[in-house]
Amino acid sequence: MSSRTSGPTNVLIVGVGGQGVIMVSKVLAQLCQNQGHQVKQSEVHGMAKRGGGVFSHVRFGAQVWSPTIPEGEADILVALEWAEGLRWINFMKPDSGIFIADCQRIVPPFACRDRGRGAEPAYAPQTPEEIMEQVSTGYAMDATGMAERLGNARAANTVLLGALSTALDFAPEAWLEVIEAFVPPRTVEINRNAFLEGRAWAMAGSKRVDETASGLHRHREVARHGPVNTVVEIIDEWCKGCDICVKMCPERCLRLDGRLVAELALPDLCTGCRMCELLCPDFAIRITNTAVTDAVTEAAQ
Amino acid sequence: MNQPAAELSRNARANSRARPMTGNEAIARGAWEAGLRVAAAYPGTPSTEIMENLGRFPAEDLHAQWSTNEKTAMDVAIGASFAGVRAMAAMKHVGLNVAADALMSFSYIGVNGGLVIAICDDPGIHSSQNEQDSRVFAGFAHVPVLEPSDAQEALDFTRHAFEMSERFDTPVMVRATTRLSHTRSAVEVGDRHEPPVRGFDENPAKNVMIPGHARQRHPKVLERIRLVAEEMETSALNRVEMGDSRVGIITVGVPYAYVKEAMPEASVLKLASSYPLPERLIRDFCQHVERVLVVEELEPIIENAIKVMGLSVEGKEWFPRVGEFSPEVVREGLARAGVIDAPARKAAFGFAPMVRPPVLCAGCPHTSCYMALRALDARVAGDIGCYTLASIEPLRSIDTTVSMGSSIANAIGMVKAGIETRPVVATIGDSTFLHSGIPPLIDAVYNGADITVFLLDNHITAMTGGQDHPATGKTLRGDDAPRVDFVELVKSLGVEWVRRVDSYDMATMLRSLREAIEHKGVSVVISDRPCVLDPVKIKGPALAVDQEKCIACQSCMNLGCPALTWSDGWHEGRHKVAIDPDACMGCTLCAQICPTDSIAPIAAGAGAA
Ligand SMILES: Cc1ncc(C[n+]2csc(CCOP(=O)(O)OP(=O)(O)O)c2C)c(N)n1
Ligand code: SF4
Ligand code: SF4
Repeated sequence: MSSRTSGPTNVLIVGVGGQGVIMVSKVLAQLCQNQGHQVKQSEVHGMAKRGGGVFSHVRFGAQVWSPTIPEGEADILVALEWAEGLRWINFMKPDSGIFIADCQRIVPPFACRDRGRGAEPAYAPQTPEEIMEQVSTGYAMDATGMAERLGNARAANTVLLGALSTALDFAPEAWLEVIEAFVPPRTVEINRNAFLEGRAWAMAGSKRVDETASGLHRHREVARHGPVNTVVEIIDEWCKGCDICVKMCPERCLRLDGRLVAELALPDLCTGCRMCELLCPDFAIRITNTAVTDAVTEAAQ
Repeated sequence: MNQPAAELSRNARANSRARPMTGNEAIARGAWEAGLRVAAAYPGTPSTEIMENLGRFPAEDLHAQWSTNEKTAMDVAIGASFAGVRAMAAMKHVGLNVAADALMSFSYIGVNGGLVIAICDDPGIHSSQNEQDSRVFAGFAHVPVLEPSDAQEALDFTRHAFEMSERFDTPVMVRATTRLSHTRSAVEVGDRHEPPVRGFDENPAKNVMIPGHARQRHPKVLERIRLVAEEMETSALNRVEMGDSRVGIITVGVPYAYVKEAMPEASVLKLASSYPLPERLIRDFCQHVERVLVVEELEPIIENAIKVMGLSVEGKEWFPRVGEFSPEVVREGLARAGVIDAPARKAAFGFAPMVRPPVLCAGCPHTSCYMALRALDARVAGDIGCYTLASIEPLRSIDTTVSMGSSIANAIGMVKAGIETRPVVATIGDSTFLHSGIPPLIDAVYNGADITVFLLDNHITAMTGGQDHPATGKTLRGDDAPRVDFVELVKSLGVEWVRRVDSYDMATMLRSLREAIEHKGVSVVISDRPCVLDPVKIKGPALAVDQEKCIACQSCMNLGCPALTWSDGWHEGRHKVAIDPDACMGCTLCAQICPTDSIAPIAAGAGAA
């Protein structure tokens, strides 16, 4: 482990609600307590159930004061989800912090809120390779994949505990004893294997990126979507002001004008999705999307 | 780890007698050990687990209950104290505002059986509507407040609080903060000791607060708090740790740990309480150090009181009055005050973290309610619960949120102002309605307000983690209880237009709301579906999007359902949609919205995404 002579050891465990951050930190805290350390484990789970981030600070040593780890002082960061790991990465000791992350992505709905053409998800763009270059010790694992292959994706956390065990000097048997007390009896075997596999994987080097995991992070194939011109035509005479298009437009860019006839009030927001065209009971709306060819673009320049 | 072996083995021995507990568990345990007989609470983060843990002790030992609101909980505890047994009320900081009326007068009465109020503050507003400092109430009500700094103290102080309560004839507050409530550390536990039962004390001059009696009690209250202060002068609960005499720090509660972390060499006066203060102890400490800093979270209560004593201390000029403390905040404050070196800050990574706001669950029954309200262009007075999340995109259909139960009366005021052109709707959850929504609904009927009340009945108190309430048919301990019938209740209050709708039936929901809004006077729509997370996780067959038919309009995404994401397919340059089958719980709302009928249950043969 990181050699330190005084002060507690700080492990920060992070993820998304429902992943088992609290379980992982309870295992660690119990183990440390069994080994004779003073332990504090602090979590804030206010909004956790609602898909927000969850974090848990575990500090152990001869004497632990603050329940939380000061920024820049985590010896080890364990991330159950990739972007959550990156959110907390500055909590690691800049020079010696150990970064252990499952590369699985939990993409929040918020990241998919762009209806524009060729939109990219607003998910953390950093790749495992980029991050590994900047940390002294780091493991970007496909813990979920490894656990799946062992027969239960839920054992991913135990794979991470296996990797974590290489960074702390407690005997593997002591770890297994605590883990086995925490997991459902049926899954003891799978969790034991998951722990050993995670441990073996991390023993093989001080910086590793799982091939498959890094595959998860390849940039999406760049989809070529040239610009289009969208023309919205509303036939005033046919519109009876039923309001359906106004209510159902996903961008909410239509409204009824003073005569109670639909009009495109916010043309910049219109993505040309044809929703209004499809829903209009009177066929009063027509959408034409014409690709702006390269030739046209060039000519314009 | 280069820890001396002897130290490790000493710790190991201590650890075998101790068990890891959160601050809230420790408060519950301490109360049980003190012989608590009756406990009542209304849930609220971060206090909720106190009552949940009390409910796990044997029913023969104590009665534990969820009350309809904090004032009721306080009054139940007061009743038990009158009867002669030890009693507790637990609540979050804002809950004390609701219970304050009872507390202020009960303080005059004092206790028969010991009464302890467990209050959890939320500095940093992790999950609240404000970060008020409840310690202010202690001085206001002339009630002592104990402030533990870790879980062991949470247990010890709570036990002590009961004893103190009976000895000084006063209710006592035990005040935690989110950090203490939700930090687990080793606690050595003790056994339960039940004090001898006291009978009802037939003493109207003490127990009946009419003006003549209250005038008699007020001086006694002041005398009582003076005696408590006297005891605090020598109490072992306060601790002086002399170190470097150049700097003395006076602190209380969790910030003590941050002080020890940031400046282990300083002299520290660790107080157990910010009210009443031990003046001689403080004067004495100040005399032995050159410079005194007060480190306390939120309001400068101790600092101001010491300044009133005429002593010169520093505090809020260096430490923030807002937000939660941390080792960093305390270090920065100490550095600003010039007593330690400025901490070297070196952020290695410069990128901004991805945004991951909390969202309503996949299949949350509140979703359709706010889709409909947005479509109706209503002016929406909101309330407090999971549904408050509908105030942000993509649902964004709540205009105001104040405090629990505010929505209905806020709506009355909005229409009575006479200038609102949009229909005015109040949205309120089932638990919140029972907490404080009924009197304002009566007010609306009485005063002929033309409003629509949208009662979001998800059969649970969801936001705080799924607690029962009078309309769930279960008590805290899981026993059967009568269920409030909302339709009958609302009718009995004089509401003429009331309808219950299935939260998963979007068309009926929209139609009913439209009719309700057209109705002149008070109308009530009750949306009815259980929360998908509590008390049991609901998982129906997942739906899938037919990639051939999806036109990438992403209308379904306006639901904000976390099971909906982009697929790899494109249509006219926009992402098509896919459903994560593990997350989807099959509510069908997205299928009801889809204009091209592309979404159907997987079993029905829709192309897998
Ligand atoms: C006075 C007060 N007490 C308690 C709370 C904590 N609290 C916030 S939301 C909530 C419950 C809301 O339940 P409900 O109205 O049923 O809505 P749901 O979360 O189930 O959607 C509680 C107890 C508070 N904010 N204020
Ligand atoms: S916990 Fe229940 S009420 Fe809250 S968001 Fe989830 S489904 Fe909705
Ligand atoms: S049916 Fe649609 S809206 Fe409902 S949970 Fe599944 S994906 Fe979400």
